[in-house]
Amino acid sequence: MDHRIYLDNAATTRMLPGVFEAMRPFFCEDYANPSSAYSFAGEVAKKVSDARSVIAGAIGADGKEIFFTSGGSESDNWAIKGVADSLRDKGNHIITTTIEHHAVLNTCAFLEKDGFEVTYLPVGENGLVSPDELEKVIRPSTILISVMFANNEIGTIEPVAKIGQIAHKHGVLFHTDAVQAFGHVPIDVGSMNIDLLSASAHKINGPKGIGILYVRSGIRLSNLIHGGAQEHGKRAGTTNAPAVIGFAEAVRIALGKMDKRISYETGLRDRLIDRVLEEIPYTKLNGDRRMRLPNNANFSFRFVEGESLLIMLDRKGICASSGSACTSGSLDPSHVLLAIGLPHEIAHGSVRITLSDETSEEDINLTVDALRETVERLRGMSPLYEDFVTKQKG
Amino acid sequence: MSQVTEYSEKVLDHFSNPRNVGQIENASGVGTVGNAKCGDIMRMYLDIDENNIVRDARFKTFGCGAAIATSSMATELVKGKTVEEALKVTNKAVMEALDGLPPVKIHCSLLAEEAIHAALWDYAQKNGIMIEGLKPPVNDIEETEEFYTMQGEGK
Repeated sequence: MDHRIYLDNAATTRMLPGVFEAMRPFFCEDYANPSSAYSFAGEVAKKVSDARSVIAGAIGADGKEIFFTSGGSESDNWAIKGVADSLRDKGNHIITTTIEHHAVLNTCAFLEKDGFEVTYLPVGENGLVSPDELEKVIRPSTILISVMFANNEIGTIEPVAKIGQIAHKHGVLFHTDAVQAFGHVPIDVGSMNIDLLSASAHKINGPKGIGILYVRSGIRLSNLIHGGAQEHGKRAGTTNAPAVIGFAEAVRIALGKMDKRISYETGLRDRLIDRVLEEIPYTKLNGDRRMRLPNNANFSFRFVEGESLLIMLDRKGICASSGSACTSGSLDPSHVLLAIGLPHEIAHGSVRITLSDETSEEDINLTVDALRETVERLRGMSPLYEDFVTKQKG
Repeated sequence: MSQVTEYSEKVLDHFSNPRNVGQIENASGVGTVGNAKCGDIMRMYLDIDENNIVRDARFKTFGCGAAIATSSMATELVKGKTVEEALKVTNKAVMEALDGLPPVKIHCSLLAEEAIHAALWDYAQKNGIMIEGLKPPVNDIEETEEFYTMQGEGK
């Protein structure tokens, strides 16, 4: 393969060399455990503390409110199980949505076995949660609302500020899984009334295996990981200093170029969407056209199946992702695509393309050409397309 | 998870360069099996001559890489065979000819076997003959009207 076009940045991103350089000294040289007493450790502890402040600043929080975790999934698990446990005397009802990441959905399903009741709020066909509908399902026993900031498959940005306002009006805690949004779009936990927020480093060119849970000061949250006194006794385990420092460097870089990046990616994304819808018939854009992440496009190509489309793209050097059942090992296509009302057979033919600021215009042009050729080729093999054409003629 | 790296070279070859794609006008037998809801539909066309020999086989498939590769291999395996021999082309034979399939894709080879059987059944029905050992196909095609009427944002 002479040139790889990586368009799966919602899955993970390339770690920037600058981030790697920032981490490097903390493996073989400054390797001390920051919890230790000597000055060798103190220097690492200082770097970790600075990193915490940088990350806190990215969402308008205080360093004391940032807790390092192993990543987005742990943060989601902790936020939901932690609130459920600490507030179980107050109530047993949780509200979330049908399009959350499995880290949220499966955690809620786990709690349902433990006596909690969960309302899975449906979304509209654009993938947006209705704040009015959400307000209607709040009960006196509701202890937590968990709605993602932006969806990982269809890129829809949810009305988080409005939801936070409603949650607080009813005295309910609000958690948001911001794994796809953090560092990509502006977030302010204060004005958005966010009480708990999950984020991850590897979605913003940082290292894998490190994330944060933001916990608004004053909130009681039971531990998920018990043990030593790290993270103010709230999350045990030796601090992953190199990863924390790399995370902060990735945040620093992301914040520095956020405006430029948003406008670049949005332009590229819109050209991609416009060309695909214009040049490939029987194609639909999934997710809201306007309220979406700058780097996300998700299409359904009727009469073709996503996995075969992905393999053909792969053979042309293009890395993308699909909501097809065949890529997940289950019989059902993506729960998100079904939640926005796509019939199974159309959901099977979906492809997610997520750009980065390193994606070039040329990459996008090549991708559209490859998509057009591949979809045409697969339709030529598709009995569904054959029947469709026959019906059109008849 | 199924990944490209789990497919054998043969599967990738038959997927990338599928043999015998297309349809046969006035085919001796046509069989369609699978279910669009589950993401796989195979249609097989057979041209069978007066000596009961499969002169040509063609297919159209909506499905994953393995579904396309097994369809392609199934058409290759039945070509030139007598009807009786074609009936004995099992999913195992299709799989072996492809140097194996990832476990989650084994159902694709079953679908290929069913497609052959369905096309042979259609041939037998059209000619009013009985083929020993051939059972009527289980038709689980479920093409929702929605599928044909849904309006895309494109053309």
